[in-house]
Amino acid sequence: MSMNRRQFLKLASVSTILGVGSATAITSLGRGGLEASQASPDPKALKAKRWGFVVDVGMLKTEEDYQKCIDACHNIHNVPTLKNPKHEIKWIWKDDYEHTFPNMAEDKIMNKELQEKNFLLFCNHCANPACVRVCPTQATFKRKSDGIVMQDMHRCIGCRFCMAACPFGARSFNYVDPRKDNAIKVENKEFPTRMIGVVEKCTACYERLAVGKQPACAEASNGAIVFGDLEDPKSEVRKLMAEKYTIRRKPELGTQPSIYYVIGGGEHV
Amino acid sequence: MYNSGKIIAGLAVFFILAALPFLLNLGKANAKIEPSIKTPEINAMPVKQCVESKEFMRAEHMQLLNDWRDEVVRNGNRIYTSKSNGKQYIISLQNTCMKCHSNKKEFCDKCHNYMAVKPYCWSCHIAPKEEKS
Amino acid sequence: MFERALSGSNRYWAWIFFLLAVIGVGFLAYMKQLNEGLGITGLSRDVSWGFYIAQFTFLVGVAASAVMLVIPYYLHNFKKFGKIVILGEFLAVSAVTMCMLFILVDMGQPMRVLNVVLHPTLNSVMFWDALVLNGYLFLNIIIGWTTLAADQKQVAPPKWVKPLIYLSIPWAVSIHTVTAFLYAGLPGRHLWLTAIMAARFLASAFAGGPAILVLLALLVRKFSKFDPGQEAIQSLAKIVTYAMCANVFFFLLEVFTAFYSGIPGHAHPLVYLFAGLDGHTKLVPWMWTAAVLAFASIALLVNPSTRQNEGTLKIALVGVIIAAWIDKGMGLVIGGFVPNPFERVTEYAPTMPELAITFGVYAVGLLVLTLLYKVAIGVREENGAVEH
Repeated sequence: MSMNRRQFLKLASVSTILGVGSATAITSLGRGGLEASQASPDPKALKAKRWGFVVDVGMLKTEEDYQKCIDACHNIHNVPTLKNPKHEIKWIWKDDYEHTFPNMAEDKIMNKELQEKNFLLFCNHCANPACVRVCPTQATFKRKSDGIVMQDMHRCIGCRFCMAACPFGARSFNYVDPRKDNAIKVENKEFPTRMIGVVEKCTACYERLAVGKQPACAEASNGAIVFGDLEDPKSEVRKLMAEKYTIRRKPELGTQPSIYYVIGGGEHV
Repeated sequence: MYNSGKIIAGLAVFFILAALPFLLNLGKANAKIEPSIKTPEINAMPVKQCVESKEFMRAEHMQLLNDWRDEVVRNGNRIYTSKSNGKQYIISLQNTCMKCHSNKKEFCDKCHNYMAVKPYCWSCHIAPKEEKS
Repeated sequence: MFERALSGSNRYWAWIFFLLAVIGVGFLAYMKQLNEGLGITGLSRDVSWGFYIAQFTFLVGVAASAVMLVIPYYLHNFKKFGKIVILGEFLAVSAVTMCMLFILVDMGQPMRVLNVVLHPTLNSVMFWDALVLNGYLFLNIIIGWTTLAADQKQVAPPKWVKPLIYLSIPWAVSIHTVTAFLYAGLPGRHLWLTAIMAARFLASAFAGGPAILVLLALLVRKFSKFDPGQEAIQSLAKIVTYAMCANVFFFLLEVFTAFYSGIPGHAHPLVYLFAGLDGHTKLVPWMWTAAVLAFASIALLVNPSTRQNEGTLKIALVGVIIAAWIDKGMGLVIGGFVPNPFERVTEYAPTMPELAITFGVYAVGLLVLTLLYKVAIGVREENGAVEH
């Protein structure tokens, strides 16, 4: 068989592509990872079809009551306190009525008490989350088992598309190294920190649910934050929603937030 | 051949430069890298046994850690059943691996430095506190 | 063919080394960003995309605009564009290169960029954008290089290029449509949530892109023996005129809907851009500059005597480019984030390292453009005598 240089180069390039391609395909197929029977959930884990929260801020009387919930979360998750407000990282925070419900805030003659209230805000774990829809790597995804919107900080490429997509401002980006300048006030050795260049947010304390514990904010809230299964009519959250009038942030956008805020007026205060 | 002198001299220089790292280390004993498992936690174990066999962990620990990561973060599975001894372990780098291997410098870093690999585990996961070695 | 880029006058080499120097400075700034994080930019939790993504959006338009030469030449057999189609295709190559680099420098974890391929996500517009941009880059490199090589040998280009050329037409439209979809499909961003976004993008692209091309053609004529042709330049100027009118018209449609509907959320970003919100007015002078330039350049372009006069034409084209750059870059990206989801205002301005990185990427683009144009002009200069 004889061939000229051109033919040889063609043949060589095609066989290289085929060789490398099939080798990659075979190795990636061969990598089955763990056998299915090897990994299982903790039997203690809390289960639900769709986790949700009912937040009754009428039960939070003082500044400290709010701060207790925020600290409970931020301390166990190694959330840094950064000096530059532009780089701020927050999983749960406090804001007033006007900015929590900006689409309703133009009504200045409504109930004064409600207008002057502060609310606790965190990720809504939407049933139809825009952030999950836009993520190019599935670094943020919705858990099929219980509807929690998760953030895989190992996979995030830091494109911040999810931050543009989230209508609730629930996401923070690590603009600086959170470990620098002692920004993490209380270090929880059982939980990781984050690195520069990834997006983070509230994960509904998935690590606590896995061992049968309630989310930290709910535990610290003295009943102001109730956590439960929105799909279960007998759950505590559903009972509360049947008794009291609740609203969600920006429901018109169709993301179906899973945090319900009790708008009780005087009787709960 | 034109300029044969220059070409041969150039080739010789190239060969010496390329072989320099090998020539310099010729005859030197190559220190064997052995990660240390001497920690109080492991010393206290009646049978010194990791989640899988030593051979498996040596060859596959990076793949196992990747699988563990995905199982916990993406599938919500926290319990790992060992292939080698059937025991169950909590899947966690910080709270399982490093509880026994509390000597990251002598255990992880020693080999990783030798192999010049830089896994980014510790940019997020908190390494155990160690005395300076 | 590439050897043509390796020999040139002193001025050519001075320009190349100048670009390399700018790239070097940008690279150093990028190393700093890689080490310390995007905290060295002016970005924030509220304005999470800024100067980089603004340049990306503008440059996708420049890339797509090559189609404004390809359609008349290949579909309508408009011979006057025959000699300069290559300039459009190589401009597209350079612009897409810059687009990709701007995406890369905007990433928090660029080392993980291959995750986009490892975990392909069909519901993410970003995935499709990566796909169409890469495809467009290859299409233009292959088409441009093959047709130019055929020209050099003075033979007809191989037959298999034709289907690729036809494919590149809808593909050009797709890169800008998909880029518009990055913005237009997000539920909570009033300025972006508009069905006319892709149309607006295309209109401003077909104004800004050909405007750059005309200026480049004039430069080429000045510095080389290759003459792109008076008629080709004037035809392009007409394309710019129509597209710019459509662009401004589409923008005014947005203004009408936002203000006549009376829905506060829809008006807020426009109020912020043109009048300032809660005392924050950083972008106001920029936006008015864009508005004045847009109308002034339309006046110069619509009027045949000022369009045909090369002096006033140049002024008009520079006006079009600056107006499109402000409107589609800074205005669109920053305006989408202000006010934030809580109706609060956080302002944004790029920092020095951010600007250095931006200039670095532009220098890479100009370097690619210079090398490719050097080759193309070389071929044209040689064949010029034969063709005329």
